[in-house]
Amino acid sequence: MSTMTIDKSGPTRKVKYGSMSRDRTWALRWSYFFLTLFAIFSLTPPFYMLITSLKGSAEISAATNPWWVHQPTLENYVQLLTSNQFLRFFWNSAWVSIIVVTVTMLISVPAAFALARMKFWGSATLATGVFLTYLIPDSLLFIPLFKMFAVFGDLTGIQLVNRWYVLLFIYPTLTVPFCTWIMIGYFASIPKELDEAAIIDGASWFQTLTRIFIPVALPGLIAATIFAFTVSWAQFLYPLVFTTSTDQLVLPVGIITTLIKGDVFNWGQIMTGALLGAAPPLIIYAFLMDYYIAGLTAGATKG
Amino acid sequence: MADVSLRKVVKRYDEVEAVRGIDLDIADHEFVVLVGPSGCGKSTTLRMIAGLEDISDGDIMIGGDVVNDVPPKDRDIAMVFQNYALYPHMTVAENMSFGLRLKHYPKAEIKSRVTEAARMLDITDLIDRKPKQLSGGQRQRVAMGRAIVRNPKVFLFDEPLSNLDAKLRVQMRIEIKKVHQKVRTTTVYVTHDQVEAMTLADRVVVMNHGRIEQIGTPNELYHKPATKFVASFIGSPAMNFVPCRLEDAAGKLNVRLTDRLAFTLPPARAARYQALSRTDKLLLGIRPEHVMEARPHAEPGVEPFDAMLDVTEPMGMETLVYFTLEGSQVCGRVSPNAGAQDGSPLRLAVDLNNMHLLNEVTGAVL
Repeated sequence: MSTMTIDKSGPTRKVKYGSMSRDRTWALRWSYFFLTLFAIFSLTPPFYMLITSLKGSAEISAATNPWWVHQPTLENYVQLLTSNQFLRFFWNSAWVSIIVVTVTMLISVPAAFALARMKFWGSATLATGVFLTYLIPDSLLFIPLFKMFAVFGDLTGIQLVNRWYVLLFIYPTLTVPFCTWIMIGYFASIPKELDEAAIIDGASWFQTLTRIFIPVALPGLIAATIFAFTVSWAQFLYPLVFTTSTDQLVLPVGIITTLIKGDVFNWGQIMTGALLGAAPPLIIYAFLMDYYIAGLTAGATKG
Repeated sequence: MADVSLRKVVKRYDEVEAVRGIDLDIADHEFVVLVGPSGCGKSTTLRMIAGLEDISDGDIMIGGDVVNDVPPKDRDIAMVFQNYALYPHMTVAENMSFGLRLKHYPKAEIKSRVTEAARMLDITDLIDRKPKQLSGGQRQRVAMGRAIVRNPKVFLFDEPLSNLDAKLRVQMRIEIKKVHQKVRTTTVYVTHDQVEAMTLADRVVVMNHGRIEQIGTPNELYHKPATKFVASFIGSPAMNFVPCRLEDAAGKLNVRLTDRLAFTLPPARAARYQALSRTDKLLLGIRPEHVMEARPHAEPGVEPFDAMLDVTEPMGMETLVYFTLEGSQVCGRVSPNAGAQDGSPLRLAVDLNNMHLLNEVTGAVL
C-alpha cells in the first residue's frame, strides 16, 4: 500500500450551500425593484389623465391637490360621447385603422412569404431594402408626400389632400415594411421541411401559405396586426399635415385641434378624449396577449 | 407503383458538383437504400428524385416517364423527413389526410384510408392528438402514415430514424420493413448508418464523393466489395487493412506482411492472384470475424500466428481483440473463453479463404 501525504495547511474555504438560490433571490429582488419603478413611471400619466377626466373645469383650475378628486363628475365623458364631432373623429380613426390593418396584412404576409421562401433573384436584397424603407423617419417624408398628392390632384382632378382616406395610402408606407420584416422572421423560423412536405403532399405555393404558414405563424401574424393597428391608431404627424377640415380629422389630431382654442385648454375633455382614445388598443392587447406570447410551432419537428 | 431510373444525373451548386453523374435503376416494389458518409450526395440524389432540387444534367424517370421538369406534387411520390415535418396545427388524422384533402378525395375514402394506415402503424389511439403531444417514435409513425395514405408510386425516406434513440431505431427499422412487406411500394431510403442499410435493403447503393461506389445486395457488398471504401464502410467493426506484398516461395504463393510474418495462400486464392506483380504495394483486407483464436487442428487456408494484444473488448458473446501489424491496427473476434487479456500474447489464426487483396494506390479490390 502506498502512503500519501495530504497537505492540510492550505487555506480552508467555507462552502456556501444554496448559493444558486441566493443568487436567484437577489436577481428577483432587483427585477421587482426595477419593474415597480418602471410601472410607476409609465402608469403615472394615465393615472393623472383619469383623475383629471373625472374633475369639473372649476376643480381643475382650483389650486387643490392634483392627485385627488374632491367632486367626481362624469360631465366630460357625457359631453364627449354625445358630441357628434368627437364621435366623427372616433369613427374616422376606426375606419382608417381597420382598413390600413387589412391592407397591410394582405400585402405584407404574401410579400414576407415570397421573400422568406420563394428564393428568387434579388430576394435577399429586396428583404433588406424593405426594412431600410422603414428606417426613413416620417418627418422627412411628409413634405414630398404632400407634394405628390397635391400634384396628383392637379393632374387628375382627384382630390386626396384633406380627405380622411388619404391616410389609407400613407399609413401602409409605415406599416407594410415593418410587418413584412416581422413576418419574414416568423416564416424563416418555420422548418424548411414543413413546406417541402406540403409541396410533396400536393399543395401549391398559395395553399402552403394559407394552410400551413399562416396557421403556424399565427403569433407573428397577431404581433404584426397589433403593430399595424397601433401605428395607424396613434399616428399624429401625417393626419395633422394631410387633413384640416374637422369632419376629416382622426382622433389624436381632432382632440388637439378642437379642444384647444387659442390659449384656452379644455383639460378635462382633452384628458377624457385621450383616455377614450387609448381604450381600443388596450382592449386589443388584453385579448391577444396570450396569442402574442404563445409559440405554435412546438411539435412540428424534433424539439 | 413504378420503377425509378436515374441516367447520368448531375447536381452542381455553383462550382461544386454534389452528384457527379450517377446511373441507377430501381425496380418496381424494390427497397433500395442509398448509404454513404455525410456529404456524399445521397440526400441530394433523393431530393432530386422528389423534385425538391433541380437536376443540373441527366434524366430522372419514374414509371418510364422523364420527370425532370415535373413539379413534386405531380410526381406521385411521398417523402418521410428526418425531423418528421408534421404540420403542428393539425391533428394526426388531419396531418395524414392533408394530401388527400388537397386532391378533393371523397370524405369516406379519406377516412377509410387514414383508419387503415393508422391501424397498420398502431397509432389508432393517437388519431386526434396534435404532434406536440406525441413522442419521437410516434411522430415518425405519423409521418410514415402520411406517406402511406397517399398510396404513391414511390416512397422516399430521408434519414427517417436519425433523430430516434438507439433502441427505438431498431424497433422502427423493423416497422419500416413490415410496412414495406405489406404495401410493396417502390422505396428509396437514405441513411448514413450501414447497419440500417444492410438490414432494410433489397439492394444497397454505396455512395462517396457524389459517385456510386457499388450497387449490390447486402451480402454482395459485405462479401464482395468492389473498392476499399465499400470494404471499410460496410461491416462493423470495419475490415482490417494491412500493407503486404506477394512473393513466390517453393512453388507456392505467399502474402508477406512483415519480415517475419508471411502466410501461404490457399490454392484457390493463389490461382486468382498469380498474375499480379510481385512488386506492387498491396493491402490485405480481412474482416474481424476471420481473425480468430488458433484451433488445435490445422484447417486448409487458416494460418496461425502469434500476436501481442493491445486492447481487448469483451462483448459477452465474443471478445474483440486489437493488436498492431506493420503499424496497422488489426481487430479480431475471439471466443470469450480464449483467454484474451490486455497486453498479453495470444495465438491467433487468419482465415485466408475469406481474404481480400487490394491495390494500395487505387483502392480497387483485386
